[in-house]
Amino acid sequence: MNIPVYLDNNATTPMDPRVLEAMLPYFVEKFGNAASRNHPFGWVAEEAVDYAREQVAKLIGASEKEIIFTSGATESDNLAIKGVFEMYKEKGNHIITTVTEHKAVLDACKHVEKMGGRVTYLPVKEDGLVDLDLLESSMTPETILVSIMYGNNEIGVIQPIRAIADIAHKHGALMMTDAVQAVGKIPVDVNRDGIDLLALSAHKFYGPKGVGALYVRRKGPRVKVTAQMDGGGHERGMRSGTLNVPGIVGLGKACELCIAEMESEAKRLSGLRDKLQSGLTVLEESYVNGNQEHRLPHVANISFKYVEGEGLMMAMKDLAVSSGSACTSASLEPSYVLKSLGLSDDLAHSSIRFGLGRFTTEEEVDYAIEVTKKSVTHLRELSPLWEMFKEGIDLDSIEWAEH
Amino acid sequence: MAYSEKVIDHYTNPRNVGTLDKASHKVGTGLVGAPECGDVMRLQIQVDDNNVITDAKFKTFGCGSAIASSSLATEWLKGKSIDDAMKIDNMDIVEELALPPVKIHCSVLAEDAIKAAINDYRVKNGMEPIASEKVHH
Repeated sequence: MNIPVYLDNNATTPMDPRVLEAMLPYFVEKFGNAASRNHPFGWVAEEAVDYAREQVAKLIGASEKEIIFTSGATESDNLAIKGVFEMYKEKGNHIITTVTEHKAVLDACKHVEKMGGRVTYLPVKEDGLVDLDLLESSMTPETILVSIMYGNNEIGVIQPIRAIADIAHKHGALMMTDAVQAVGKIPVDVNRDGIDLLALSAHKFYGPKGVGALYVRRKGPRVKVTAQMDGGGHERGMRSGTLNVPGIVGLGKACELCIAEMESEAKRLSGLRDKLQSGLTVLEESYVNGNQEHRLPHVANISFKYVEGEGLMMAMKDLAVSSGSACTSASLEPSYVLKSLGLSDDLAHSSIRFGLGRFTTEEEVDYAIEVTKKSVTHLRELSPLWEMFKEGIDLDSIEWAEH
Repeated sequence: MAYSEKVIDHYTNPRNVGTLDKASHKVGTGLVGAPECGDVMRLQIQVDDNNVITDAKFKTFGCGSAIASSSLATEWLKGKSIDDAMKIDNMDIVEELALPPVKIHCSVLAEDAIKAAINDYRVKNGMEPIASEKVHH
């Protein structure tokens, strides 16, 4: 077992050695530009890109002509949201999204607002799920796009994508989803789910960093996005720039591995996650955040009340995890995702996200349980809040000096 | 973020963790910060008849730097007169622990806790509380 144990697979995943192996020939030996149509160097690169396009398409039930390669999900989200806004501005200027989206979606939406668009940021229910009635009542004839993430990066909650897509389509809007955390982890099918645009990123499922894709539906309806970068008109004119051939080959290989292993892997990971969760919730005053029934198999977000998240992470220095605590960012604001579930600031500060992955072992999970329990207990011994709680003092009755 | 060795030392082996009898008139208690902000410090001093601090205890809810700042404060308080203790400046803590700018608020909180504990003791013993000349918030 390697220390520290890596349990931050929602941030990024280690690359699978099989992916690296597939990529290696495309750096030095097969270095051609996929857009070079008049010699074998270009043909070899183009062939590799075409094959990867099929692998990506297959993973999400799409056709290879619907895959636009990008530099990652941030670019895909930007291209989808800004590109749809520009392309469909004759039709309307209203976009609906949720407050728990990734910053790439939220900030692209803010940009749209500056360009004269109108964006509705839907709140979520206490379990992190979108309120479908609220979505329906927020739709207007001006609504051109509904952008709601598939699985949440902090709490792992899976949104009812099909039901959301049905509402969007009923009102003539397109359905876009940031599926970065879901693709490769659970079955995602653009036709079954009614998705018109989908963003994914290779490094979240054991592929390389710096490469991703945007799925853009071609039939029923034929969706178009306005390019956000000017250049040689690659990727059907939607994304200019010489293709990152080794990265794309790696993305394709990562997709192929997920197709083959996703089902057994999801079962294994949810088993380990449940073990971790039940091992930790035996601690008093610990709470699992977000809906537990509709959740990605590899994520558990747990708050340990009366212990501060960053202090806890320091005690758990042999575990690489992530916290919703303010102290982990310079902003001094705790996680906006956790706060939007209605969590009080102190519970948001006390949260730890455990993200398991393909290379997580049962031994590591056992170790994580042991270290976390020890650390929480140690910090509670240091915590004046824990002492007050144990003495039966209502912390809300104290007048705290905000600072 | 990398922590300094001194922060790690205080965090791993915190000095003077505990609770003094807050009902005693010889004990001054300072409770500062707020759970919503992610930091709460409780610092307590035991003072003898010559106004010298004979014991100090803390408990802190917060990040490593907050725990280290309060642990260090208890070390510095012991043996000082309450007048000298009042002079402890947050920048002394910043310097000793090599706190980065984003963690300076932890030292400010520790200074506030010291002053709050001393004032609690003063008020309990019929003295005027000393107003802090600094405005931190």
